[in-house]
Amino acid sequence: MSDPEARPGAAGARPSVGGVGAISGPPLLMVEDVSVRFGALLALSKVSLEVRRGEVLAIIGPNGAGKTTLLNVISGFYHPYEGRILFDGRERTHLAPPDVAALGIARTFQNVALFRGMSVLDNLMTGRLLKMRGHFLLDALWWGPAKRQELANRAKVERIIDFLEIQAIRKMPAGKLPYGLQKRVELGRALAAEPTLLLLDEPMAGMNVEEKEDMSRFILDVNSEFGTTIALIEHDMGVVMDISDRVAVLDYGRKIADGAPEHVRKDQAVLDAYLGATHG
Amino acid sequence: MASVLYAVFVGPFKDMASSPSFLIEVLLGGIATGLMYSLVALGFVLIFKASGVFNFAQGVMVLFAALTLVGLMEKGLPVPIALLVTMAVMILLAFAIERVVLRPLVNQEQIILFMATIGLNFFLEGFGEMLWGANVKRLDVGIPDRSVMLVGIQVNQLEMSAAGTAAVLVTVLAVFFQRTRIGRALRAVADDHEAALSIGIPLKTIWIIVWSVAGLVALVAGVMWGAKSGVQFSLSLIALKALPVLILGGFTSVPGAVVGGLIIGVGEKLGEVYWGPLVGGAIENWFAYVVALVFLLFRPQGLFGEKIIERV
Repeated sequence: MSDPEARPGAAGARPSVGGVGAISGPPLLMVEDVSVRFGALLALSKVSLEVRRGEVLAIIGPNGAGKTTLLNVISGFYHPYEGRILFDGRERTHLAPPDVAALGIARTFQNVALFRGMSVLDNLMTGRLLKMRGHFLLDALWWGPAKRQELANRAKVERIIDFLEIQAIRKMPAGKLPYGLQKRVELGRALAAEPTLLLLDEPMAGMNVEEKEDMSRFILDVNSEFGTTIALIEHDMGVVMDISDRVAVLDYGRKIADGAPEHVRKDQAVLDAYLGATHG
Repeated sequence: MASVLYAVFVGPFKDMASSPSFLIEVLLGGIATGLMYSLVALGFVLIFKASGVFNFAQGVMVLFAALTLVGLMEKGLPVPIALLVTMAVMILLAFAIERVVLRPLVNQEQIILFMATIGLNFFLEGFGEMLWGANVKRLDVGIPDRSVMLVGIQVNQLEMSAAGTAAVLVTVLAVFFQRTRIGRALRAVADDHEAALSIGIPLKTIWIIVWSVAGLVALVAGVMWGAKSGVQFSLSLIALKALPVLILGGFTSVPGAVVGGLIIGVGEKLGEVYWGPLVGGAIENWFAYVVALVFLLFRPQGLFGEKIIERV
């Protein structure tokens, strides 16, 4: 139902900024032999992974395989007890989340983490905090550079709102939106930070077919228009095959496969993991 | 029956109309008290907004700040220097609280953080008394606790300057948290810790700022209440008066704390003066709690609080 060839410009064939096959320089992110332990549970065991500049990488695997843990390690919410993480060629293993964000890594969460009491617009503006400078007095007086800065940031945010087609809900409190739209707003907040690397944790979970198609389109557009490198976790294999340049497969905290979608889907270890773990 | 209704619904208003200048004096007194309640409530609101924690120790922070200030003044420091040193102490306290109490408990249940603030309450109480002793101290800020006549109305100088200070402080804080980058970050942290971290807001810094501001607000409240009624343990009990203010104004709203304080302050003064005699007085002590109770029944989120949205 979702043959990569079916969609024009799908995986690999899609022109992406320095995508697969057109690699120059070191990978944007390197995860080297990372292990994470929660008490007696080994959530990740010597996982190595690279995210190449300009690609869309999908991380898949059965429930409990360690996908979200991996994302949490990359974004600094968890720290590995062994292994290293290199971003842009420099070691970044033990940074805290705000510092990771400052490097240009933005993320979304599996269970949408929006500022529920704020409007959509304020959510996105808050996403730009790192791009703003503080002038206490000027901010308070709403004067001079503070005003200019607010307006410039506002313009950038409005562009993202247009891009994600959420003009109609910009003044609505985020917490009152339907789930699918919340996911889209969360993507918008991550984009507002103009990240180099965007981590998406199940961006399409709980969506219907049309919403999934919209989200797939946004992800591909972000990748091609802004040149943002994207690593995402997704369960829908059709979507994964459609939008990713490369697929990494985790099972029981280990990486069992890594490669082009058409290779991974035929990989025996992957078939075993999926058939054994989710359908058996 | 009719005479009771008359006494409750007509008599007091006739009294008010018969002597407008006295009514204004009562109102002014109420506003002054109300602003001072607001100030204490504000300390709670700031911390609750940023961390979702109800800071049980806020009242003791008021006491601790006042004790430190008086103690330093007794050591012979001039008032401005003593004030500056006390401010520094309150900021240091914020750093210490973040490091020793909040950081190890990050991501814990709110009830656990609440328990931690109970611990903090007892620690500060004991620590303050250890440093400065448990005697009642007089705090003289140089403004006499006397009334002067102003266009035919008696006003208390101390109360009015306290009210003025409170009004200025509240306005500054409101603007600060609505308009500045820090204010936006604070709202974000209050809404969702994880999301705030993921967009680069350092939780630690926000907590230190918020606890510092709450400490400074406690200092101002301590100075004002201390100058009025002496610096002693009972100072920490005005925190109890801040509770109904919070229920009225909403736990998350700075303007709510102000309006709530004014309603309670003015309400209890009017009640005491005009309705008090009907029940033998002392309305002031319980009026606030009854108002809070009524609010809890009809508008549990308070006047300005964010509507409680719970996913089921």
